[in-house]
Amino acid sequence: MKIAEIADKLGLEVVNEGQWEREAKCCYASDMLSDVLANGGEGCLWITRQSHPNIVAVAAIRGMAGIIITGGKQINPDTIEKAGQEQVMIFSTPKQTCELAGKLYMLLSNEMERG
Amino acid sequence: MMPEKPRIEGCFAFNGGDFADAGQAAIELKARLAALGVPAQTVRRAAVSAFEAEMNVIIHARAGSMYYVIRGGELLITVTDTGPGIADVELAMQEGYSTAPKWARDVGWGSGMGLPNIKNNSDALKIDSIVGEGTTLLITIKLGAEGQNENC
Repeated sequence: MKIAEIADKLGLEVVNEGQWEREAKCCYASDMLSDVLANGGEGCLWITRQSHPNIVAVAAIRGMAGIIITGGKQINPDTIEKAGQEQVMIFSTPKQTCELAGKLYMLLSNEMERG
Repeated sequence: MMPEKPRIEGCFAFNGGDFADAGQAAIELKARLAALGVPAQTVRRAAVSAFEAEMNVIIHARAGSMYYVIRGGELLITVTDTGPGIADVELAMQEGYSTAPKWARDVGWGSGMGLPNIKNNSDALKIDSIVGEGTTLLITIKLGAEGQNENC
């Protein structure tokens, strides 16, 4: 499913623009950066409460489709600047990780079932 | 005349505790390897290893540096720091074991996965450490098709 469609359906706030037409194939939820470096899948949307600049480097290295920061957290301006440099899309949502992950998982699963 | 082999090298300096720009070295390495046509999975393994090694310096040491070079079909990444050293390397290699300070854990690092991540993403990892003086990691990643670690 295209990122633009996911953002629209989940009511995500856009923090940093990027590749709207990119397909997100999967999602991964974790606040441990080494865990995401080890297991974050290429083309996945990463759900986290972390909002500091290192998340951009992690997402860029793993080739992830974007980052969704949960819990309505204030986002560090350095993170937004870095995301612009690395062309990593960042979204924000007041929803908590569990709720957002559940909704995103259902969206992606339904898409896969439809083929 | 033999075709010229692709050759890259680079170096970076890191300061302990200065984590805002962490990952730049790995991102640059990733871009340079990708530009050379190195397979995407190998590029990713190299970048993950470089990032984790850099974070070890930033979290644990006063300062350190990274040097990488391609030689003989292998990427060699050397990371040296002036830090506390590792008292028990075998223990440090166990996933989940961590001596990271609270500030590092608060920002999502320090989960005891750094060295295991490097091991899992490299073809060889050599650790030389002297307690009270510092640590040197030598990470080897084969750039050809044979460089595939089963763990990743």
